[in-house]
Amino acid sequence: MARTAILRRLTWAIAEVVDRVDETPRVRSLGLDVPDWPGHLPGQHIDVRLTAEDGYRAQRSYSIATPADGSRVTITVERLDDGEVSPYLTDVLEIADRIELRGPIGGYFVWEPSRGGPLQLVAGGSGIAPLMAMLRARLQARSDVPVRMLLSWRSGEDVIYADELNAIARDATGVEITHTFTRLAPDGWTGRTGRLDRDALAELAWAPSERPLVYVCGPTGLVEAVASALVELGHDPARVLTERFGPTGG
Amino acid sequence: MSFISRGFQRRQAPAVPSDRVPPGQHVTRDFPVLSAGPTPRIGLDEWRLEVIGEVDQPRSWSWQEFTALPAEEVTVDVHCVTKWSKLDSPWTGVPLDALLDGLETSAGFVVAHSYGGYTTNLPLDDLTGGKAWVAYRYDGEPLEPEHGGPARLLVPHLYFWKSAKWLRALELRADDAPGFWEGYGYHNYGDPWREQRYSGD
Repeated sequence: MARTAILRRLTWAIAEVVDRVDETPRVRSLGLDVPDWPGHLPGQHIDVRLTAEDGYRAQRSYSIATPADGSRVTITVERLDDGEVSPYLTDVLEIADRIELRGPIGGYFVWEPSRGGPLQLVAGGSGIAPLMAMLRARLQARSDVPVRMLLSWRSGEDVIYADELNAIARDATGVEITHTFTRLAPDGWTGRTGRLDRDALAELAWAPSERPLVYVCGPTGLVEAVASALVELGHDPARVLTERFGPTGG
Repeated sequence: MSFISRGFQRRQAPAVPSDRVPPGQHVTRDFPVLSAGPTPRIGLDEWRLEVIGEVDQPRSWSWQEFTALPAEEVTVDVHCVTKWSKLDSPWTGVPLDALLDGLETSAGFVVAHSYGGYTTNLPLDDLTGGKAWVAYRYDGEPLEPEHGGPARLLVPHLYFWKSAKWLRALELRADDAPGFWEGYGYHNYGDPWREQRYSGD
């Protein structure tokens, strides 16, 4: 593991917003140009710091949604209506605005093609962001690690990266993507509905005998339920990596 | 010259005095869960807590022995490095002073070991003097597994990753050795008031 690279001092940098993509009515991706960015591994995150004119400061963490790409870092932010930082990032911040951040942070919940597989990715809602960095890294590297991705959404309009995921599912070899909708499926949907419970995981995830590397990210409830069910099904707990966020992501 | 975020302002007046919230933190009323892997489930009949390493005599308690020790009820503020702080959280636990009482050791450091393999390191001095507990009840109820039950370390003056969940053993050591997150670039000590989140802070 590249621990020496991670143990450098993390200093605050001033990044510039160079891209904004509306992913869903509540979710926006921000492309940031970060001078002297040292690169990162898929799954790592950044800390963002906002400073008001009166000196008040707020910090939050956001997963990076893209593999290393020079000075470019992309985050995907879900607006939490009672939040303080996320509505600023999704609604106020514009192209050419500047923002303070530091990173990359975290070195456990990471995957790169050299880690091998098979790779099992499980996300709830905007928990897809760090897993998307992993999937994109796998495709970019033309790796042949087989991937299964299970995605749980509340409704059809909540699907993040929808066009890209559809294109990957159609074109990529060795990548299977399954969506499930827990509240309201899109019109005409004939696929899965309901939560990713033990039966769904037994049917859709790699079998424990395949020794997959499993990454689970999403709200605490989903992550607790999925990780526990995977262990019950016989997966090695040491190969189930989790990242959780609560409604306090703000 | 300090950086200003265009158009950013505080969303609400703070509900608590700012001297209770360390820099970069915000108050939550939820109890978020952060763990790197699945929540281990440990039966109380197989649970043990041990003090091992540089000690004259290793110590070990069964669940029954441990919960028979005099416990304290403490109400403390906890601060997670992921930026949330939870104020006035009510715990019941055995003070480390009691668990380590009378122990002969030349150790200056401790590595806390958890069921499931998690570790974290602290100076021994930060566990004594009324600053740390092994907690096993929260708000009067048995501590839920996702919050570290059956029992977790509670060291509220340091970032909460130092308060190892699913505590299994305290290893006393002459030398310091980084734990799980410390090995991934998180700060070796983790004082929230000095905002020691990451190595070099």
